[in-house]
Amino acid sequence: MQNSMQESAHSLLKVQDIHVYYGSIHAIKGISFEVNEHEIVTLIGANGAGKSTTLNTISGLLKPRSGSIFFENEPIVGVSADKIVYRGLAMCPEGRRIFLNMTVEENLEMGGYTRPKEEIPASIEDVYQRFPRLKERYHQIAGTLSGGEQQMLAMGRALMSKPKLLMLDEPSMGLAPILVEQIFDIIQELHAGGATILLVEQNAQMALSIASRAYVLETGRIVMSGDAKEVLESDEVKKAYLGK
Amino acid sequence: MVSFLRFLINGISLGSVYAIIALGYTMVYGIAKMLNFAHGDVIMVGAYIAYCSMQYLGMPAIVSVLAAMLVCTAMGIIIEGLAYRPLRSAPKLAVLITAIGVSYFLQNSALLIWSSNPKVFPSVFDVGAFRAFGGELMITSETILTIVANIVIMIALTTFTGKTKVGKAMRAVSEDRGAAQLMGINVNRTISITFAIGSALAAIAGVLLCSAYPTLQPTTGSMPGIKAFTAAVFGGIGSIPGAMIGGLMLGVIEILGKAYISTELGDAIVFAVLIIVLLFKPAGLLGKPVNEKV
Repeated sequence: MQNSMQESAHSLLKVQDIHVYYGSIHAIKGISFEVNEHEIVTLIGANGAGKSTTLNTISGLLKPRSGSIFFENEPIVGVSADKIVYRGLAMCPEGRRIFLNMTVEENLEMGGYTRPKEEIPASIEDVYQRFPRLKERYHQIAGTLSGGEQQMLAMGRALMSKPKLLMLDEPSMGLAPILVEQIFDIIQELHAGGATILLVEQNAQMALSIASRAYVLETGRIVMSGDAKEVLESDEVKKAYLGK
Repeated sequence: MVSFLRFLINGISLGSVYAIIALGYTMVYGIAKMLNFAHGDVIMVGAYIAYCSMQYLGMPAIVSVLAAMLVCTAMGIIIEGLAYRPLRSAPKLAVLITAIGVSYFLQNSALLIWSSNPKVFPSVFDVGAFRAFGGELMITSETILTIVANIVIMIALTTFTGKTKVGKAMRAVSEDRGAAQLMGINVNRTISITFAIGSALAAIAGVLLCSAYPTLQPTTGSMPGIKAFTAAVFGGIGSIPGAMIGGLMLGVIEILGKAYISTELGDAIVFAVLIIVLLFKPAGLLGKPVNEKV
């Protein structure tokens, strides 16, 4: 695991030259990257660079026009989004998209939709341990939670499927700085617990500080990649994303 | 006073039929986000199946109702799979026009099979009538059955959507189809189940409707279908309790309007009340205002 780039045996997700279109708009122009087991990999880039599109394509909500995606060495392009979840890929989408009219507990139950019924209560308990605030509000309608609580619920819901790879799309969006730190602490805890995470962020500084590797996206292309620390130190990134 | 009570009970009974039909509209709208205008005609098919089963096969009423439910359920799933599923990502207008097409298809198929001659629907549940006030107030067994059926269906549906895994998945799909898929929920199957339930309810509604108004012809489902759709909008389309309240209110308003204001204007009064309600509550009585994403 010293040089994860070459350890293809541990490659969990491999994206190869995907092209994605919205109608006639060429949103993703040949992106390739991979995520290895126990890594935090981050995709950073400005608004409209194609970060969310990339995640939505991996999760099966969008279909690439060409290119391939392998999860545990199995091709997953063309597999529907709901079937992909069964393979161990979970996504916490942009804007959280929790079920606002359902209770906290029902949201978590939906997160565990792919799992046997008898394992659900224990998993819910796990999520409550990680997010005690959710336990206090388990019977509350999710729409009445604060933004930070909703983000916690969205992450807890994604964890309910016991994913091998957790994809987080802008988990810090719209949150107060103190909550952003809390969310990033949780991501690090999950990572320490053995989780593999693909993190999409506009908050490049935070994302790069916890990631092992990073890819920088610009208008549908990867313009830089490498060790997260190196990317953080590079002049281009400092100028473009960190305002230094 | 006694006559008012009688009108009220008749209104509740008719409203119960509307409510059962409206549940089908509202569930399909809530989950598939489409107006299934063929729903009214599924009612008609259900009534014909029950009629044939009773008249030609001599089956008891309960078996006939079950047969009608079975046929309509299968029909609902087939209509959804053949007509609507291929249009899942098509513009809403295309789906709406297709639904109207399916509606005409069902009506004309019925015309072909059963001809336009009205059939007299036999009584399905005749154990006499309940009388009160020295016989002045008479409530038929069909009226009672309709109201009871409505209550049972309401409780069953509320339990189903609130407690079962499939029911909760339906609510999840109705809130956010994409997010539901990310949970591993099969959206196509969920929509199929919704159509199955809606169509089974339509079969029950068809039998109840024809028991109260025993003339059965290929267009029998149209007007109640439109009124039940109105009821669903009235109560807030997408809301199960809304369909219930909308249906009951519509039935009561229609009967009272016909009794006390004008027989001819009964339907006009119903729609006038709908317009007034929508002016003040555009999302219907129990509907939630749509949050546009900005």
